Amino acid sequence: MTTTRRPRLNIGAVRSSFAPWTDPALEPLVRFEGVTKRFGAETAVNDVSLSIYESEFFALLGPSGCGKTTLMRLLAGFETPDAGRITLAGQDLAGMPPHQRPVNMMFQSYALFPHLSVEQNIAFGLKQQGMPKGQIADRVVEMLELVRLGGLARRKPHQLSGGQRQRVALARAIAPNPKMLLLDEPLAALDKKLREETQFELIALQQRLGMTFLIVTHDQEEAMVTADRIAVMREGQIVQIGRPAEVYETPNSRYVADFIGDVNLFEGAVTAADGKVVKMATADCPAGFEALEDDAVSVGSTAWLGVRPEKIQLHLDPPKEGPNRLAGKVADYGYLGDWTTYVVELESGRTVRAARANASRLVARPIACDDAVWLTFAPDAAVVLTR
Amino acid sequence: MKGPSTFNRVSVVAGLAFLYLPILLLVIYSFNASRLVTVWGGFSTKWYGALLRDQQLLDAIGVTLRVGLISATLATVLGVLAAVALVRSGRFKGRLLFSGMIFAPLVMPEVVLGLSLLLLFVAFGLPRGFWTVTVSHATVTLCYATVVIQARLVSFDKALEEAARDLGCTPVQAFFAVTLPNIAPAVAAAWMLAFTLSLDDLVIASFTSGPGATTLPMRIYSQVRLGVSPEINAVSTLLIGLVATGVIGVYLVQQRRARVADLGAA
Repeated sequence: MTTTRRPRLNIGAVRSSFAPWTDPALEPLVRFEGVTKRFGAETAVNDVSLSIYESEFFALLGPSGCGKTTLMRLLAGFETPDAGRITLAGQDLAGMPPHQRPVNMMFQSYALFPHLSVEQNIAFGLKQQGMPKGQIADRVVEMLELVRLGGLARRKPHQLSGGQRQRVALARAIAPNPKMLLLDEPLAALDKKLREETQFELIALQQRLGMTFLIVTHDQEEAMVTADRIAVMREGQIVQIGRPAEVYETPNSRYVADFIGDVNLFEGAVTAADGKVVKMATADCPAGFEALEDDAVSVGSTAWLGVRPEKIQLHLDPPKEGPNRLAGKVADYGYLGDWTTYVVELESGRTVRAARANASRLVARPIACDDAVWLTFAPDAAVVLTR
Repeated sequence: MKGPSTFNRVSVVAGLAFLYLPILLLVIYSFNASRLVTVWGGFSTKWYGALLRDQQLLDAIGVTLRVGLISATLATVLGVLAAVALVRSGRFKGRLLFSGMIFAPLVMPEVVLGLSLLLLFVAFGLPRGFWTVTVSHATVTLCYATVVIQARLVSFDKALEEAARDLGCTPVQAFFAVTLPNIAPAVAAAWMLAFTLSLDDLVIASFTSGPGATTLPMRIYSQVRLGVSPEINAVSTLLIGLVATGVIGVYLVQQRRARVADLGAA
């Protein structure tokens, strides 16, 4: 999916040595090969090929209806593919019913059994495995400690808070020690604060267990924080796979750039490309745009320049003339506390979003609507998109 | 808050009186010491005593209870199967026809049902008796049981069954381990409803019963034709008590179900 890029600096702000997908000798844990699933006339999953590696935290990210949940249900065995095959640890899963698959799923609704207590819920899968009673009791205690629900073993699900139910569902899915844990929108029902905490708990849990996690989410922040790699989906297809920083900083299309985070997109004609720098003509800046050339682009073609709001500098005094310089006035702003987002209207009438960190409490020259401002960005802050 | 208007009070009292005055009179006269039904001769429980010595009436009670127990159980088991087929199987061929045919007897005149069942038994040359009444009651109460169970299954989260299968259950195991315990209140309510319906049925039983299988409503009806005796009042009072207990039982079970469902959804 990712084409070869010319490395200059590292992409993103964090460094990770865990990258099994870069090792061609390594056999993936799960392999989707040309998998297609139709519901009537609707194609939910369209010719998807995907490899997920042992101990990886992998996220399927996309808007609702993009096929991400169907892809997960195909792996769990609740749906049967119309074409293609799915293998787990080298074994073809075709025709294998859900109860025989060594994967467990945590459901979006949690699907806790209302007639069973917390400990009985967690023991459910172990009983089905035929584990001896004594071992089940030990394993349940271990799981309760793992998700910090020690005192609640005898409660019924309806006596628990949303966060506690979420942890019971997690413990129940982990208890049978599956080869892979599937999480369907695991945090969607939690409020924002709890969701953020739980994201980090999930990562800690995954690293402690060394278990392979596959998470399905429509929340880009959830995917970015938790996952080693993200697959961005659109209309049943995967449009980009990469580390969170790769997907954010080097999106391969306008769709990905726009879906993950905020982006300003400028359309323009490519006037020069020398392998290092791309020059584009635009009505918004007399000197044109300049950006690093990640992928080869051809002169004369139409391209889009994507610039994230936080990578744009806002000036109250005119900076010197040159490329990547835009003039306009503040049309609107949103104060978020940590950040302020400014909507700047250019002379051409189009608007550009620029974000500024509120690094200090007191500001000498506060900005108001209708103030004249100038925007600049560095060539390595912008990404050239050809589709 | 302002109370109900005088008009509303009067209409409620009149309506309740219309419904319950005859029943109240019956209950009161079952404690009448006099043999004459319409003359009050003081309080007595002697007709309840007489009831215990009336072997024919006791036999009829026995038949009614056995018919009720067996037919209600049969109707409930079949009702669970029908409800599962209707709710879980998605869009199978002939689903609409199947559901229509399940619910049609709800609105079919009882006389027509009774007659058609009678014709069926005659056509097959089956001797009419205990089993024909039982099977007929199961047939008629089946649709009521299905409606009750189906209503519960529709609101039952399918993810629970999937979770059970994900954790190692075959579909059948998942049904018994997860689905059945969760719809149990509705199943119990369906059973009680079927039992109550069987208990007070006269029309179907009259058509499909035979010698030696006279149910209590049939016995009461035939005795009344010979003249109302206080003993009939006594047995009717007992019947009212039994049916009321059944109906209240269904209500309480449904209440509990609704409460659990609320908590589950919260």
